[in-house]
Amino acid sequence: MNVIEVSELTKKFGSFTAVDHISFDVKEGEIFGFLGANGAGKTTAIQMLCGISNPTSGKGTVAGYDIFKENEQIKHNIGYMSQKFSLYEDLKVWENIRLFAGIYGMNDKEIKENTRRLLKQLDFESERDTMVASLPLGWKQKLAFSIAIFHTPKIVFLDEPTGGVDPAARRQFWEMILDAAYKGITVFVTTHYMDEAEYCDRVSIMVDGRIDALDTPHNLKQQSQAQNMDEVFRKLARKAKRIN
Amino acid sequence: MSQFNAFVQKEFYHIFRDKRTLLIILGMPIVQMLLFGFAMNMEVTHIRTAVFDPSPDQSTTQITRRIEANPYFDVVGQVHSEEEVNNLMRQGAIDLAVIYESGFHRNIVHSGEAQIQFIADASDPNRGTVATNYVTGILAGYQQEMMQLQTIPFHINTETRMLYNPQMESAYLFVPGIMGLILMIICTMMTSVSIVREQEQGTMEVLLASPLKPVTVLMAKTIPYTVLSAINVASILLLSFFVLNVPIRGNFLLLLFVCLLYILLSLTLGLLISTLVKKQLDAVLVSGIGLMMPTLVLSGMIFPIGNMPLVLQWSSYFVPARWFITAVRKIMIEGQGIMTVLPEIGILLGMTVFLAVLSILNTKKRLA
Repeated sequence: MNVIEVSELTKKFGSFTAVDHISFDVKEGEIFGFLGANGAGKTTAIQMLCGISNPTSGKGTVAGYDIFKENEQIKHNIGYMSQKFSLYEDLKVWENIRLFAGIYGMNDKEIKENTRRLLKQLDFESERDTMVASLPLGWKQKLAFSIAIFHTPKIVFLDEPTGGVDPAARRQFWEMILDAAYKGITVFVTTHYMDEAEYCDRVSIMVDGRIDALDTPHNLKQQSQAQNMDEVFRKLARKAKRIN
Repeated sequence: MSQFNAFVQKEFYHIFRDKRTLLIILGMPIVQMLLFGFAMNMEVTHIRTAVFDPSPDQSTTQITRRIEANPYFDVVGQVHSEEEVNNLMRQGAIDLAVIYESGFHRNIVHSGEAQIQFIADASDPNRGTVATNYVTGILAGYQQEMMQLQTIPFHINTETRMLYNPQMESAYLFVPGIMGLILMIICTMMTSVSIVREQEQGTMEVLLASPLKPVTVLMAKTIPYTVLSAINVASILLLSFFVLNVPIRGNFLLLLFVCLLYILLSLTLGLLISTLVKKQLDAVLVSGIGLMMPTLVLSGMIFPIGNMPLVLQWSSYFVPARWFITAVRKIMIEGQGIMTVLPEIGILLGMTVFLAVLSILNTKKRLA
């Protein structure tokens, strides 16, 4: 079953076409890598899928809801973690959890129980009352991801979630992503790290607003006769004409 | 817990955890009130006074002696005509003239009533009021003593004239002025900064991707600042009433309504600014320089609008604080009713709606 179906999706800002007629499907429970150089249009595409920004033309459904008309329902069924670190630094760990859980309409009892479970799972119990500002970056990102899937959405969108953390923390972070996917949450992730692309079930590569390649990492490497995803990406990205 | 409550609570956390900003927000009105209040009210000394006493008698002599003995007054001498009073005043040689009617004491004895006139140079309005307040006080003291001694009740009618600035613009005006300034700063600057901060941090994107409606986010943002502003209105009014003795002559509820309307306007302006800038610093600059200067200069808070060149007078029409200050002055100082402040209320309301529509259009454009 497809949780995301997009066809000919386009976003124009004036005469500039940020996203240029992209079409793809994402299957339920899949980890879908959404790759592309800076300025290729990834963030704009994600924003359209999340209902933050209205497409100029095209069609699409997310979690079964129309991206033009049913923004509200989409937002209830997705989680989102932006490329900027996106928790409140001057709130405590548990306050951040409660805030976002409250925003997604969870009730007090649910929030309490799930918070306890989450903190235990993350081994964060001692940090319950710590201000987020004083957590190490790797921990913040783990927490941000946990909060993004706290309300058990159908799909979670991760926009460059691992920027700026060390390889060990990235590895741990991806374990969390794999775990979430295992539990049935579809993961839609953008990244600059090509080694991370290898974790994905399928990968699309955006160049100048278009999707130039879409397949499993294995097939992509074969098609372009590359050793690794890094090489695949560089071969494709070389064609880009947009200058950032 | 409802979405909205969760979000409002978070806003309060932001404010209460930023102790320094909180201190500034709540302390600023108090400091400003005391600074303005005491700098303007308490430093009036050496009031140069001329006395015109056409028929010296025991009453006038006693009153004059009391004025002479008062440390705040320097009696420069007796004059012999009103003409002379006017000349001295015009030369700037005196601040105050005390003019008795002729036959002062005789009138007290016969009719129980006598006239005295105080003329003050109100080109420095504050000095003018304070001088007449002092001298009225001296007279009242004298009257009271006499009443205790004499069995016949009597009354001295005082007539006070403020020369050059008869409406006494800006004397009490600093109280409404400070309200206008502080509410503008807190509501506008704080609201715009707190929204732009979310954009800068990236949390706004997360909020937009959540089921929270943008309108809910903005509404929730404004609530804590409305509360803080209400506290400020209260502290300003309390200080002005109990410490600075500025009366609240008109309808108190009407006064609060006008304050609330102005708070609403300032919040909307803050929202609009937040849709126009991308950085917290810009938000501070726009609301700081863009609003504080016009509010200070063009609202009539410091400089009387009537004395400005026409172009500036026209510009002052666009300064919300101008209308707010006028309305508050009418209600608080002049004790006028709702009918007289309807134009100001209408204008403030109109500005609020205009700004609200503008910010909604801007938000829509940004999100599209």
